[in-house]
Amino acid sequence: MQEILQYVVSGLTIGAIYAVIAVGFSMLFNSTELINFAQGEFVMLGAMGLVTLWGVFHIPLVLALLLTVAGVSVIGFLFERLAIRTVRNPHPIVLIIITVGASIFFRGLSMLIWGKDAYSLPPFTDTPPLDVFGAKLLSQSIWILCISLVLVAGLYFFYKKTLTGKAMQACAINKKAACLTGIPAERMVLLAFILSAAMGAVAGVIISPITMCSYDMGTMLGLKGFCAAMLGGLGSLWGSLIGGFLLGVLESLGVGLFTSGVKDAIAFIILLLILYFRPGGIISAKSVRRF
Amino acid sequence: MTRLKWAPFTAIVLSVSMLWAGMDITQARAEDTYKIGGIFSVTGRASFLGDPEKRSMEMVVDQINDRGGIDGKKVEAVIYDTEADPTKAVMAVGKLINRDKVIAIVGPSTTPTTLAVIGHAERAGVPLISCAAGNKITSPVKPWVFKTAQSDIHAVAAIYNHMKSKGIKKVGLLTVSNAFGESGKQQLESQAGSFGIKILRSESFGAKDTDMTAQLTKIRSEGAEAIVCWGTNPGPAVVAKNLKQLAMSIPLYQSHGVASPKFIELAGEAAEGILLPTGKILVHGLLDESDPQKAVLEQYVKNYEKIYKIPVSGFGGYAYDGMNILARAMQGTGGDRGKIRKNIETMKNFVGVSGVFNFSENEHNGLATDAFVMVKIENGKWSLIEQ
Amino acid sequence: MAIAPHRIIYLIFPSIIILAGLFVQNSYYLQVLTFIGINTLLALGLNLLMGYAGQISLGHAAFYGIGAYTTAVLTVHYGLSPWAALPCALAVSALVALIVGFPTLKLTGYYLGMGTLGFGMIVHIVFREWSDLTGGASGFIGIPPLDLGPISFSSGRNYFYLVWAIVMMCLVVSNRLINSRVGRALRSIHDSEIAAGAMGINTMSLKIRVFVLSAVFSALAGFLYAHFVMFISPGSFDFLVSIRIVTMVVIGGMASIWGALFGATLLTLLPEWLHAFSEFEMVVYGLILMVVMILLPQGLTRGVLDIYEKSKTRNR
Repeated sequence: MQEILQYVVSGLTIGAIYAVIAVGFSMLFNSTELINFAQGEFVMLGAMGLVTLWGVFHIPLVLALLLTVAGVSVIGFLFERLAIRTVRNPHPIVLIIITVGASIFFRGLSMLIWGKDAYSLPPFTDTPPLDVFGAKLLSQSIWILCISLVLVAGLYFFYKKTLTGKAMQACAINKKAACLTGIPAERMVLLAFILSAAMGAVAGVIISPITMCSYDMGTMLGLKGFCAAMLGGLGSLWGSLIGGFLLGVLESLGVGLFTSGVKDAIAFIILLLILYFRPGGIISAKSVRRF
Repeated sequence: MTRLKWAPFTAIVLSVSMLWAGMDITQARAEDTYKIGGIFSVTGRASFLGDPEKRSMEMVVDQINDRGGIDGKKVEAVIYDTEADPTKAVMAVGKLINRDKVIAIVGPSTTPTTLAVIGHAERAGVPLISCAAGNKITSPVKPWVFKTAQSDIHAVAAIYNHMKSKGIKKVGLLTVSNAFGESGKQQLESQAGSFGIKILRSESFGAKDTDMTAQLTKIRSEGAEAIVCWGTNPGPAVVAKNLKQLAMSIPLYQSHGVASPKFIELAGEAAEGILLPTGKILVHGLLDESDPQKAVLEQYVKNYEKIYKIPVSGFGGYAYDGMNILARAMQGTGGDRGKIRKNIETMKNFVGVSGVFNFSENEHNGLATDAFVMVKIENGKWSLIEQ
Repeated sequence: MAIAPHRIIYLIFPSIIILAGLFVQNSYYLQVLTFIGINTLLALGLNLLMGYAGQISLGHAAFYGIGAYTTAVLTVHYGLSPWAALPCALAVSALVALIVGFPTLKLTGYYLGMGTLGFGMIVHIVFREWSDLTGGASGFIGIPPLDLGPISFSSGRNYFYLVWAIVMMCLVVSNRLINSRVGRALRSIHDSEIAAGAMGINTMSLKIRVFVLSAVFSALAGFLYAHFVMFISPGSFDFLVSIRIVTMVVIGGMASIWGALFGATLLTLLPEWLHAFSEFEMVVYGLILMVVMILLPQGLTRGVLDIYEKSKTRNR
């Protein structure tokens, strides 16, 4: 029984990471109907940014956090301006290749800047692991859980209560109609890009103490985050959050109750099942929008 | 739409012109040097191997040329990057053999890339000295293929010997799900019986996984007395951290795949007390003066750190040995590949960075169990365990 | 013009291949050309699916791998001759495509991309984990070379001819298909699936048939790869390979079977050239992908034609 609890607790930690990445995917998809294959690279940039600012230059943690997230947001801004806005034929396949190209580019750039070695960081606060009925929970995991929940709540508030947030949603529902009502649609897309890059960076920043950071850490995290977003329902914030946690717990239980060889397969089998039987995700009931 | 009829021609003209541009038709210059090929995974997943290997090989070649070359002829290294991709490795070997006309090849860095190119080197009759650990490379023996990295067999034997001396009987395995982990797992499973050790559980983790607590919890629930983790950075460092997090106090054995100062840096405090087999390079300062390798090791480390201004890695030595073995075998052969092969095969007592090599017709690795020592991490430093 | 240009090409193309075979002496270049041929088959198969039927697949490396692993298992473990293993490899791949195609091809757009991506990942994990059969992560060694009676294909030149003869055949088959009734129906699906359905085209069955055909092409490429390199490992059939195949199709130009040839040539040679950049290779590769897609979203073949036409009208 204690093992099962430990699997769940471990799963929640991994799940929180997937959740934050998934929310980044979902946000962007919500406003632009675009899947950014470079999302995992934003996570990596966030982690490496913190390694540099906090680990190497010893800037105070909070400041380093904010600087990193701001820096990656600027990269997201540039990416949208230079690579996405300029596309003449925004067909999904073309956009997929562009974002894949961008992810290779970011990875190559990070390899030049930070080298090929991995880095590690100490946890934000140095307290011993928490004991939850015999299962061990790292203090950093609590940070991850709290920050991801606060972020999603913040985003939810932003979408529901602020004018800009509502305008972004309007763009997502119908871009032309939003334009007619005077919403600057292009600026909303740009904002969505910046926010989703920032979400990626936050994911990278908060996970950097529990994992090892290297230039190639982003690809698999990005794909898993994507599966989580699919699982919860692409475009739904709360869905993505729950999808992330669910995926993490299922993976962890899969390791515990079956065998660890199939761990990665679990995420993708779930992805296929969801796509085949409930393409809207487990939360959202709306039908899949078709291109 | 009529213009689309021309699309096929455009495509063909473009393709052919690209091919033309891609093939430099320049004739090879008159051969006044010995060309040696090097194929390492300088970038990509196994760059931690390929990068120091490339540097080490370049260093040896410079040293040889400073000494006046081999039999008065200079040596030239032609090095390509495989990115740990078997297809790229095959293309690189093809390029080395057919275009650059190298005499012999050092590398590749990983087991799959080596297995992919073995057939091509064999057919062309080019001596190949691999830097990969996998056992499949030299067993069964292939005439033209040698390797300088210590085999998993010896690493596993070193770990199990230590366990036996501590009275550990039940272990859990945690291996990385790639060729390195798989090869280690096979050895761990096949040798366990002869040391009276029982494997309770065998788990795996992905090379980029961020958390292994689930696997560790499972091994703990089986009641293992020790854990053997088989992988390369950074995964094993995460395992070490997770083990501390779960407050598990059973001994953790790592493989020689993490034998570099980087591991201690990554695992931090969690590295304390970890045991692992390693080539002697990590502990060269602690070796007995009587150790035959001591002088070679100190010279290698000193030169490497002087030239590249970075701490020496535990892995570059494979290429260093490979190139040095080759250089010795080439003496007096005039670049004849068959003679070089014969010379390597009959080489005895070659003192290298990874151990003392004794090649023979049935032994193309040439290393014995004494190539490994067991070390323990204490106070963030390696310390030698006397066997 | 006495002969339509699209017919002349069938004279020019084989002659180029024969000439290349005669004049290229260095076996390294023959090897590169052989890899280009194998990649062309892959790109051609995917182009039928993506360019003509408009269905994205981000998991085509799975079929490539299924072809390679089936022939490897049958020839090594069961001692079959490669030529007997060939139809089995193609059949296994077709069968898998049929089974996967039914639920997957109901999806569209990104969802289809993700479904195929997930499928590719799962197949890759199967190759890695089923180590009794596939040799696991270290790979599968000892795949026999091809020979046909007295002709041995183990030499670079003979294999080069074999691969390109097959490429030529597949090009002709694809061309016949595209210019047939089925081809027109396919393109109508690309433009609007609903309209195609309204015209009485059974879109689902057509999509599945193209999917299976494209899987067969990929398996053929896998067969040729396995017997050429004589070693396969899961790393050669992973997600990044799937992406590379898609890139070949898109860069070469979708909906043009000759674009597939060009895309495969470029993407095979590009890493060879980029060796010169060593550490910068990834950065440059990523930039090239982005820039080509931003400036010439129709692919290079079409893009170059466009630029040529523009310059002609300007000179006039």
